[in-house]
Amino acid sequence: MKQIPCPHCGNRAQAEFVYERSADSVVPLDAEPAVAIAALFSRANLRGTEEELWRHAHGCGMWLLIRRDRVSHHIEWVKPIGPEALP
Amino acid sequence: MSKYSALQLLRGAFNGQSHWQPAWRHPDPKPSYDVVIIGGGGHGLATAYYLAKVHGITNVAVLEKGYIGSGNVGRNTTIVRSNYRLEPLGRFYEFSLKLWEGLSDDLNYNVMFSPRGALTLGHSDADMIRLAEKGDAMAVQGIEAELLTREQVMKIEPCLDFSRQARFPIEGAMIQWRGGTARHDAVAWGFARGADSHGVDIIQQCEVTGMVMDGNRVIAVETTRGRINAGTVAICAAGHSGHIAAMAGLKLPVESQTLQAMVTEGVKPMVNTVVMTQSLHCYISQSDKGGIVFGGDPDNWPSYAQRGQPVTMELAIQQGLALIPALSRLRMLRTWAGVTDMSFDGSPIIGPTPRDGLWIDGGWCYGGFKATPGSGYLFADTLANQRPHLIVEPFGLDRFERGTPVDENGTGPFPNHR
Repeated sequence: MKQIPCPHCGNRAQAEFVYERSADSVVPLDAEPAVAIAALFSRANLRGTEEELWRHAHGCGMWLLIRRDRVSHHIEWVKPIGPEALP
Repeated sequence: MSKYSALQLLRGAFNGQSHWQPAWRHPDPKPSYDVVIIGGGGHGLATAYYLAKVHGITNVAVLEKGYIGSGNVGRNTTIVRSNYRLEPLGRFYEFSLKLWEGLSDDLNYNVMFSPRGALTLGHSDADMIRLAEKGDAMAVQGIEAELLTREQVMKIEPCLDFSRQARFPIEGAMIQWRGGTARHDAVAWGFARGADSHGVDIIQQCEVTGMVMDGNRVIAVETTRGRINAGTVAICAAGHSGHIAAMAGLKLPVESQTLQAMVTEGVKPMVNTVVMTQSLHCYISQSDKGGIVFGGDPDNWPSYAQRGQPVTMELAIQQGLALIPALSRLRMLRTWAGVTDMSFDGSPIIGPTPRDGLWIDGGWCYGGFKATPGSGYLFADTLANQRPHLIVEPFGLDRFERGTPVDENGTGPFPNHR
């Protein structure tokens, strides 16, 4: 099974993690309606590398930002969540 | 194209079956077509077939990156049904099911449609109430459904675990008798042969790499076999819809995820219908060769990999074994996966895009196979008349911003919550 290096817990089985959404779909609090709708209801959905929000649901429960290749599944990096998750 | 018939087969018996011809041509792309369809899967080929047959539009090219039928039309669990609660979905899938019923005759190609019944099990009172509700919703739309007691299910599917200690006790079921399975490859081949016989060019090994714009209008596609001008461009690329739409600068309300399926060694008939359940997400049927075909949840995170995760496979198998314990004795022969374009409400997207001359038929989630003839027929009508057909009107690309999603499961606007 694939492992995801949780910044809080170390390498853990991928089954412990839940994908939440891609980072480009995070809506800034002061977004105009058109921007918010675009962010909520459309995705770049690249056949390549994207940044995504995941949650270590069956572990420490923390939200994470993961940069990952969607074809090879190679994980470039995992960061604890923070202001850098916002666009 | 010669018509397939028993007589032709008999005649062939006397000349060593030497009369067989290729079922479709392998033409080089022309510089220009009225309609260019991106994607030589079930939906693309069906669209081309109905464009040519019903609307007389024959200057059509179907562009396929690999070989026809190498994508999701050859990677599904072949289930056909129209048991939906919401009216727009019921109307659409019932239209498609009616086409399935006459498809082999229409195509003169045996798609082996087998209406053996689509059975949805209920494991609790709550499940049975939901199933009764759904059956009523179907009946209101004129689609037959029958609510079954536990004893009736025992007669139909004796191999299920009916013990009271079962992990998922069986309280009853709902069945749509007209549902069933079909031979998936034959669907691709039948539509390809039909489209080709009407003059459609099916161009394989031809990957679309870009779109040529004139202002807001798509006028041509760039491919690995050169530029092809097009009056209308239609995206039928399933899991790669988003990748193709990005070439025209569009973002779609879809996320691509992997959906896997698997098949066991062949055994004598033991699963008579298509077994699904109201509480779990696992569907089991038996192929004509005898293999038990399994499917489950998608891997709930984005991927273009066409290979599944063992975790998800294990979940589907656990559910299958809990329902039919005898399956534990079988060996798994093959597993495979396809890339599905999961939409935000679980319903398809059919209609115009914000770019002139660019239309889309996608967002099929994991329900695209049963839609194949209906999708092809209605999308062809949509393209020929340059407006959405009445039945596909609720499935417009802009329905999310208008606040009118068609959300059968009521799980909200997240592709990974389907």
